[in-house]
Amino acid sequence: MRSNLGFFSDEKFRSIFFQTLVVGLFALGLFFVISTTSYNLEKRNIATGWSFLQNPAGFDISFSPFLEFKSTDTHLKVYFVGVLNTLLVSVTGCIAATILGFILGIVRLSSNWLLSRLVYIYVEFSRNVPLLLQIILWYSILIQLPRVKQSLQVLDVFYISNRGLYSPRPIFESGFSYVLIAIVLALISSFLINRWAKKRQDETGQQFPVFSSSIGLIFIVPLILFFILGSPMSFEHPEMKGFNFKGGLVIRPEFIAMFLALSIYTAAFISEIVRAGIMSVSKGQREASAAIGLKQTWIMRLIIIPQALRVIVPPLTSQYLNLTKNSSLGIAVGYADLVHGFGGISLNQTGQAIECMAIVMATYLSISLTISFFMNIYNRSIQFKEK
Amino acid sequence: MHKSIIWINLLIWYREAIFEKRYLNNYLNGENNMKKLLSIFAVAAFAFSANAGTLDDVKNRGFLKCGVTTGLAGFAAPDDSGEWAGLDADMCRAVAVAVFGDRSKVEFITTTGKSRFPTLASGEVDMLARNTTWTISRDVNLGFEFVGVNFYDGQGFMVPSALGVSSATELDGATVCIQTGTTTELNLADFFRLNGISYEALPIETNDEGKENLFAGRCDVYTTDASGLSSTRAAAPNPDKWKVLPEIISKEPLGPLVRHGDHQWGDVVRWSLNAMIIAEELGVTSENVDAQMSSNVPEVLRLLGVEGNYGEMLELSNDWAYQIIKQIGNYSESYEANVGPDTPLEIARGLNALWTQGGILYAPPFR
Repeated sequence: MRSNLGFFSDEKFRSIFFQTLVVGLFALGLFFVISTTSYNLEKRNIATGWSFLQNPAGFDISFSPFLEFKSTDTHLKVYFVGVLNTLLVSVTGCIAATILGFILGIVRLSSNWLLSRLVYIYVEFSRNVPLLLQIILWYSILIQLPRVKQSLQVLDVFYISNRGLYSPRPIFESGFSYVLIAIVLALISSFLINRWAKKRQDETGQQFPVFSSSIGLIFIVPLILFFILGSPMSFEHPEMKGFNFKGGLVIRPEFIAMFLALSIYTAAFISEIVRAGIMSVSKGQREASAAIGLKQTWIMRLIIIPQALRVIVPPLTSQYLNLTKNSSLGIAVGYADLVHGFGGISLNQTGQAIECMAIVMATYLSISLTISFFMNIYNRSIQFKEK
Repeated sequence: MHKSIIWINLLIWYREAIFEKRYLNNYLNGENNMKKLLSIFAVAAFAFSANAGTLDDVKNRGFLKCGVTTGLAGFAAPDDSGEWAGLDADMCRAVAVAVFGDRSKVEFITTTGKSRFPTLASGEVDMLARNTTWTISRDVNLGFEFVGVNFYDGQGFMVPSALGVSSATELDGATVCIQTGTTTELNLADFFRLNGISYEALPIETNDEGKENLFAGRCDVYTTDASGLSSTRAAAPNPDKWKVLPEIISKEPLGPLVRHGDHQWGDVVRWSLNAMIIAEELGVTSENVDAQMSSNVPEVLRLLGVEGNYGEMLELSNDWAYQIIKQIGNYSESYEANVGPDTPLEIARGLNALWTQGGILYAPPFR
């Protein structure tokens, strides 16, 4: 007995039907959004197009450590300055959060009651207070530092004030390039030594002190060369001139507030991921490796961590993505990131809201997809190789 | 009817539903479920597109939505009793009085330098009275309409007296607090470029943030419109410790604005402002307005709605201007109460005096 809806019980038909329905609804939704937007733009006489990117910005951005920016530069350059500043705080934040997160995750598992409780309090506090508040808290603390004229002087060369941390800037003179070349050569040779040592260990079981020899090659050799060449590097010290320090390197409080807040907040999540990863490795593994006489540090490095990484890396990737996206909160303290500069000031000065937002969104999407891509490659490399 | 034709029709109806208000009710009352579903989409989309006939919208809503600053004493800031007060706040109230005859029929919506234009463009507010400089690009490219000037201003600099600076040209290397997305931001860059001196910009979002950073010494200088500086200085814990430098580096005609294309609504706002200026010119104040009803000056009688039907032309009641003057006062009264020499802001009339008294304040004739 088949009713009119008989072919609905056909699995193949049903699957095609629902897929078509979804695609159709999606296209319809897209049509609604685009037609409504273009209609309203037209109705309000708002000019659209991309030509504004070539117009001079007219405003200044002071925080641009990688590119020189003047008010006569274009909005396109505002965009690049913003992307670089976003990447700066994201990359440094990810590195710091990873290191801090790993340490805290391991400490949390320590048998020392006090240490493990302290980490517990830290984790619960920082991941349960909104990030925006943490950023503003750090910034408020930093601008309560002494004024620039009363800067704290540390070790005679560093100056701390509410305008930031000033330090000497290294200036490389001729001859320093040899030192750089030596470092590169040392890096390559330690890589080769590492491979050779591994191969030898696999074949003969003999070990080679790879770590100490690499340190020697990478640090000591260039350092000796540096002094033989007569120290071809000098420092430019910051000096108080007029209103501000001139010269030297400066790290602004806006950046420090963002960096601290992002890395401390994300480290709390990462430490929990690391803890979960380590706990996912069964107790038997640890006991078995202890039974064959491996040292505690070796057990961690050779047995526990490699297996834990399989559990750690996928959620770690999403923490990196979160941190990068959260860096858009920089606007709260005037950190000149992509959202603040291009998605904020340029948008407002030109009025091209849809174009600017589309570009900013596409940029975050690209950054996130790039992070995912590389983390996926890394993830594949640490999975069990099943033969 | 063929099924595909029904679909195409639905699409067309959808478009009409969004773009033409009158179709909406038909959809909602219709029997067809598919139509109802679509009308839900239509309502969602409609929220973004309702801006034809602002005057009707305001009347139907029962109150005016007016975009103001997040708080700038003298222009728009809540007073001790929590009521919005100031020159811009009076502008909002004047329009509310013109439409409803009631100064309390306003909802004040705060906007930052950055959010003000999207807020107006999206129809979230009916007008802006928010220290906004009239420029060609805002008037033309952004799709707005400036209806007049309620304060002639110019950009200045404020520094701590202890800094020992007497002119803005001595500011080489200083850190400057600047509100982003403003004309002052562009003027600042131009001024320093022109004088061949350097500065470091510290971008801030609101006047309060500027105050906080300046008072903490994170920046040496705060630059904004001179009126805003006076307001900030008045709010400082110790106003004598701050100095406004003599340079005025730009002209900043500040005025109310509405969305471009709704001329009827633009006229209502424009003439609410003009009525206050004309009232000052004619010597009509909130105190003598009732006596002036029997004045023998023809323009006074036209203004107060005794003669002519100017209110009807604007689709307002005929005593709209009378009510503005009665409830808000003329321009001078509003100025003296909010920013004048007797207030903490201590701003002399200067350019904002009437054209007959050495200023440039001028309104077209009321006839």
